[in-house]
Amino acid sequence: MPEIFLILAKITLIVVPIMLSVAYLTLAERKVIGYIQVRIGPNRVGPRGLLQPIADGLKLLMKEIIVPSNANRFLFIAAPILALAPALAAWAVIPFSDGMVLADIDAGLLYILALTSMGVYGIIIAGWASNSKYAFLGALRSAAQVVSYEIAMGFALVGVLLAAGSLNLGAIVTAQQGGILHWFWLPLLPLFLVYFISGVAETNRAPFDVAEGESEIVAGFHVEYSGMTFALFFLAEYANMILVAALVALMFCGGWLSPFQGIPVLEGVFAWVPGLVWLLAKMAFFLFLFLWFRATFPRYRYDQIMRLGWKVFIPITIVWLVVVAGAVLAHLGPWFA
Amino acid sequence: MKTVVNYFRSLMLWELLIGMRLTGRYFFAKKITVQYPEEKTPQSPRFRGLHALRRYPNGEERCIACKLCEAVCPALAITIESEQRADGTRRTTLYDIDLFKCIYCGFCEESCPVDSIVETRIFEYHFEKRGENIMHKQDLLAVGDKNEKQIAADRAQDAAYR
Repeated sequence: MPEIFLILAKITLIVVPIMLSVAYLTLAERKVIGYIQVRIGPNRVGPRGLLQPIADGLKLLMKEIIVPSNANRFLFIAAPILALAPALAAWAVIPFSDGMVLADIDAGLLYILALTSMGVYGIIIAGWASNSKYAFLGALRSAAQVVSYEIAMGFALVGVLLAAGSLNLGAIVTAQQGGILHWFWLPLLPLFLVYFISGVAETNRAPFDVAEGESEIVAGFHVEYSGMTFALFFLAEYANMILVAALVALMFCGGWLSPFQGIPVLEGVFAWVPGLVWLLAKMAFFLFLFLWFRATFPRYRYDQIMRLGWKVFIPITIVWLVVVAGAVLAHLGPWFA
Repeated sequence: MKTVVNYFRSLMLWELLIGMRLTGRYFFAKKITVQYPEEKTPQSPRFRGLHALRRYPNGEERCIACKLCEAVCPALAITIESEQRADGTRRTTLYDIDLFKCIYCGFCEESCPVDSIVETRIFEYHFEKRGENIMHKQDLLAVGDKNEKQIAADRAQDAAYR
């Protein structure tokens, strides 16, 4: 019995900070995009706008949930839950530091792959259950896009698996031991780029946000959603962003490993910093990239998204898989010795 | 050769990096936001805001009910009725401006032969009840009385260009 409480406590310890970071990621997004557009962003609620996410959350909580007539009521309500649940469940296998992981399972990478592709069901069901053409179009776009990028993403992960020789995320991080040049971003550079870009596409973020496409199909799959159901989609999108940032940090940038490993003086100076801080710093960097992308790039045209996914990313990943396999067989360099 | 170079450039995301460098520079640029209620942008003396009816210094209202403003108003926002007063002059009995119809073009002010109807610098006003959008004569005169100093100063500044 006490073991269950321990697990529940651990889950709370993971979920609550994620929810908080989601809330503040929305503020960070508005601030960063504001700054890039030479504005200052929200600054009215609380000091420097720090209470803005709370005000937004309260507003959404108070709002009425409107179910469109002729919508499938059950699926309409179930869809946002289906979108959010995998985004949170995937965190179970994320190691925050050496041994700091909820479920230290050996098939961690497979579990991640499975759960990140589950999220699209929420979107498809939402689009279908809304009984609205905009929502339906958005859902179709999103489904096609996520399915195409899933493949490139999966191949990129196969590269990581080849390089690390393990599906366990903790083992993947420890395989990158030995300093910034030993991390997998260098030997797997094309896969790293493909994975991160696919991650942006997978989370339906700009410039791959055709599923929402506010200038084309209103808000895409969640046009008909209001109040808390809409908030759940919002949470899911941002939780997925944080998840992708965490996965990129873990698999290509040494997770909780210090970037100063192997550098004579700096290594000693920064030895006291806990691994969790390094992981969070790396995640923050990638999340900032997400926001930076959104502020910089115009939306991809739909057929170009498909071309990029099928005709560019998949060939690149396949070629590089062969290269990595050769390098592993040859015990090349500092990485696969 | 050129196509090969271009191919590798696009593969290395070269143009995207250039774009991100540009937006990255703007991230650190000085922000141009005006913190509205505390800070305000400068206003022109020709600013066309809320309307006012003016009086002569002796307290007599300027408006002679010539109805030129009513005629020129492109939005038909002005309604005027007039009658002869006991001293034989013609004055308005009704001077209404519907602020929902008004497009703040300033034609009424331009057409006025006695500089009676003017548009002031006031732009921060609101209505709380239905019907408050119609400014009656006494409301317009009250606005004029309250802001006469500013109105006169603005007209004087612009007089050379009229």
